[in-house]
Amino acid sequence: MRYLPKSDAERAAMLREIGVSSIDDLFAIIPEEYRLTRDLAIPRQMGESEIVDHFKAAAARNANGYASFLGAGVYRHYRPVLIDTIVQRGEFLTSYTPYQAEITQGTLQAIFEFQTMICELTGMEIANASMYDGSTGAAEAAMMALRITGRDDVLVARSVHPEYREVMHTYAQHREAASGRATREIAYDPESGRIDLAALDEAVTDRTACVLVQSPNFFGVIEDIPAIAEIAHNKGALLIVSIAEAISLGIVRPPVEADIVAMEAQSYGVAPSYGGPFCGVIAAKEKYLRQMPGRLVGETKDTRGRRGFVLTLSTREQHIRREKATSNICTNQALVALMATVFMTVYGKEGIKDLALQNLAKAGYAAKTLGAQGKLLFAGSPRFNEFVLQTDEAPEQLNARLLEQKIIGGVALERWYPELGNATLWCATELTARQQIDQAAAVLAQAPATAAAR
Amino acid sequence: MAYPANYRYTREHEWIDVSGSSAAVGITDHAQDSLGDIVFVELPKVGDRVEKGKVFGSVESVKAVSDLYAPASGTVTAINEDLTTAPEKINADAHAAWIMKIELSNPSEIDSLLTAADYEAYAREEAGH
Amino acid sequence: MTTQTEEKFIGTTRKVTAHQTQNEGLSFEKSAPGKKAYRLPPLDVPEVDPSALLGEARRSHNAELPELSEIEIIRHFTRLSTWNYAIDLGMYPLGSCTMKYNPRVNEFVSRLEGIAEAHPYQPESLSQGSLGIIRLLQQCLLEITGMDAITLQPAAGAHGEFTGILLVRAYHQAKGNPRRNVIIPDSAHGTNPATAAVCGYDVVNFKSNAQGGIDVEALAQAVNEDTAALMLTNPSTIGVFENEIHRIADILHSKGALLYMDGANMNALCGKTRPGDFGVDVMHLNLHKTFSTPHGGGGPGSGPVACKKILEPYLPIPVVEQGSDGLLHLNYDRPQSVGRVRAFYGNFGMFVRALAYTLANGPDGLRQTTEDAVLNANYIRKKLEDLYELPYNTPSMHEVVFSDRRQLRNGVRTGDIAKRLIDYGFHPYTVSFPLIVPGALMIEPTESESREELDLFVDAMRQIAREVEENPQLVLDAPHSTRVSRLDETTAARKPVLRWRKP
Repeated sequence: MRYLPKSDAERAAMLREIGVSSIDDLFAIIPEEYRLTRDLAIPRQMGESEIVDHFKAAAARNANGYASFLGAGVYRHYRPVLIDTIVQRGEFLTSYTPYQAEITQGTLQAIFEFQTMICELTGMEIANASMYDGSTGAAEAAMMALRITGRDDVLVARSVHPEYREVMHTYAQHREAASGRATREIAYDPESGRIDLAALDEAVTDRTACVLVQSPNFFGVIEDIPAIAEIAHNKGALLIVSIAEAISLGIVRPPVEADIVAMEAQSYGVAPSYGGPFCGVIAAKEKYLRQMPGRLVGETKDTRGRRGFVLTLSTREQHIRREKATSNICTNQALVALMATVFMTVYGKEGIKDLALQNLAKAGYAAKTLGAQGKLLFAGSPRFNEFVLQTDEAPEQLNARLLEQKIIGGVALERWYPELGNATLWCATELTARQQIDQAAAVLAQAPATAAAR
Repeated sequence: MAYPANYRYTREHEWIDVSGSSAAVGITDHAQDSLGDIVFVELPKVGDRVEKGKVFGSVESVKAVSDLYAPASGTVTAINEDLTTAPEKINADAHAAWIMKIELSNPSEIDSLLTAADYEAYAREEAGH
Repeated sequence: MTTQTEEKFIGTTRKVTAHQTQNEGLSFEKSAPGKKAYRLPPLDVPEVDPSALLGEARRSHNAELPELSEIEIIRHFTRLSTWNYAIDLGMYPLGSCTMKYNPRVNEFVSRLEGIAEAHPYQPESLSQGSLGIIRLLQQCLLEITGMDAITLQPAAGAHGEFTGILLVRAYHQAKGNPRRNVIIPDSAHGTNPATAAVCGYDVVNFKSNAQGGIDVEALAQAVNEDTAALMLTNPSTIGVFENEIHRIADILHSKGALLYMDGANMNALCGKTRPGDFGVDVMHLNLHKTFSTPHGGGGPGSGPVACKKILEPYLPIPVVEQGSDGLLHLNYDRPQSVGRVRAFYGNFGMFVRALAYTLANGPDGLRQTTEDAVLNANYIRKKLEDLYELPYNTPSMHEVVFSDRRQLRNGVRTGDIAKRLIDYGFHPYTVSFPLIVPGALMIEPTESESREELDLFVDAMRQIAREVEENPQLVLDAPHSTRVSRLDETTAARKPVLRWRKP
């Protein structure tokens, strides 16, 4: 086996030195009836070229050469070449969690830069070293709010990504069973696509631990964060803002009124990769530091007074506090956080704004152009790079016609929002070409009469 | 460091200094020594009810957390806010750095606590392990 | 008044100042307005006025990100990288972390365009490649573990534990009572009790016996109708196989409780024995340990959960199924499911790597890998047991745990020996874990080390043992060879500085 650095003679010599006659002696403690005496029924050992062929064949069975308008929590942005060059360095790729600070200063300093940039972008005071993704980050943020407030009620906007909400419900199951209080969803205003402020105001009570909204929300609409914050804070509840499209922070006002921000940084240089690995991160006001889940890197000095970085405040974590920890998280998404760090460094102060502006322009053009072939929902609200289109034609039919032209259209919303009828969620980023938008609009315009008559 | 003879002690390494119906509570020198540099003290709130033998807070070093157990029941009347910014005061002088003051609800509970001599023997035995 | 004449410069081998490679600042400190490392293509659509589109929601000030050129960025991160230790540099014997070689073909195939660019919401008909990868990996992992059903959705080991215990909870709930507690040995990873607590269970801490394993008689006393499950790491964190595993399973099952296995140490078992055969009901795997996906400085991982038939109805949605049309589908219609534990389908990029590893090994390779991992651990044990205390004399599997008892006589602790090991060019072993061994040195060499590398490690450990006897201060002050010396963790925790600020 080509990954194993031993000859059979070396193995035999080592066994002799250990003082056993065969390798099976070292497995003698396993009761005989449970020893596997046959080969595992898995594919035979392959050569490297065969492995490459296997996955090339798999890649060929996925979408290739399609124009795509998919977003909905996973965004296609240009990924500067530097990112992969840097994360493929073995010193980053094959290093462990930086518990031994003296020989992991590279990872530690990069995380410290990551934490700083996330604070800068979100307007928060502290940020952790990453969570699994945006959905689990949202669930962990809600649990953080429960601990901070000692309350038991969680409110989440229906305009939050449906799968994020599902994850929040999963995390809350046993709490709900114990307290009898389910995580409650707050409707969106059918005109604006934003959370219904009156409904929210009515729902928040002095038992409410937090209000969680996403902005830009699942429809691409930017929520009125100051107004939501006021409603939540009036009753002593915390505001958590989930951000799924992190590029928005280049041009959209950061949610400074929030107490906690739960973000997905996939847009910062991370491939869609069929849904992961991505990079969640929780940022917050400093006063909530002790309730923050996940790893944190802090600055300090060595015995000779030189600056260095360490994992700090570890007593919050499972390996010390065990069942009383702030979370059970251990492994995080460090290498993906490094990708995001390189991305943020490459674009920098001006670039992240320029990039966001291009997204705004492309989505603006797409909304106008495609909107002419149907009804643009929530048209009066500020939005970033996604929009909802309502059509006469059913999404399934519409998308089938688009696929014929090698275009993947918007995500059908029916399974989550049946009240929106024939609605699709479209996304345009800096990578979406005008010609692709025009072509998609042309296909939409050719809707068969039968469909239009529905 | 000498254990003040007028204090009483718990097997969980807290001391209590009673005067009348009120008392100050802290952790022992032995406790601070075995924890090492203390980096954080989780204090109760004024007005909290604490119960003998129950957790009322915690102290943390870099790599360990220790729960604090109330030596006696009562109501918290004061907390030592200095410790939030300077937890090292416990390391410097554990028997002076009180953590909370309580109004005792049942002063007779004190009688069952260890005396300085008993505690010192107990701590020495524990350190020997 | 005296006139000072400048001494003539005659040259020195010592550098006047350390080069930037050893003195790299933060990216923010190198920033200067106007420097750029990007150029966007011209817009092919009309420009927009953000104030008009966003109004109040427009950002008023740019985030203070650094402004650097491309060459500065690559040097910045390359310099930082040189301050890291890595598997690619040498042995990384962290016990319970399984720091094995991360094959590069795994990285290559995960970046193939059709795989890396796949969007989770692209039509199923255009996702057959991705779904096929999921399906084949699932089949391989089921065969390796001997279990009946599996989900790949959890993003890491602890997330897998969470998912597994949710399945346990749902199973008991369906029988009318979720039960109250989960039994966890005192040798367990911290994630186990943390997971049980997150799932709403009380933790019953269970004391290990004199051999560091499960005291079967005591377990029989502890298990009752309130017990939801036992979370057991097998081999245990001291690297010992629970040879009474089936009795343990029987005790649990007789009271209706389930056996959860933490699969962190699966590298000791692959191809030699199967948890499904020895009574485990549900377990997680760590693809970033056993299946060679890179640790990446702390993540990403992937924590598939495999279970027996009785738990299958509760698996997270969606599950991948083959339809009558021969195509693979995502099935969301699972009324008894515990729900989602993560958006989309999990850390898919890690599935690609784990499958590539499995294909590179085949059945014979996986078995040889396990044998070599166990061989290496036992070789180290044999070569060091005369100098370092072995608290448990039971046979070791893939890792060996010593204690610092002998070295402590000279005031040297496991953490000090670990730091000194750095000077010899090795990453330290796992320090002070498991908790049942005071002053533990937990060593897991994995199969990836040659005999030469193992001998170098053994030499280093033997030399350090001698240093402890003859010059303990040398060990106490270690490391001596790193860019920074020991760091002040106390001040870092007392006065946390968690971000850079403009001076």
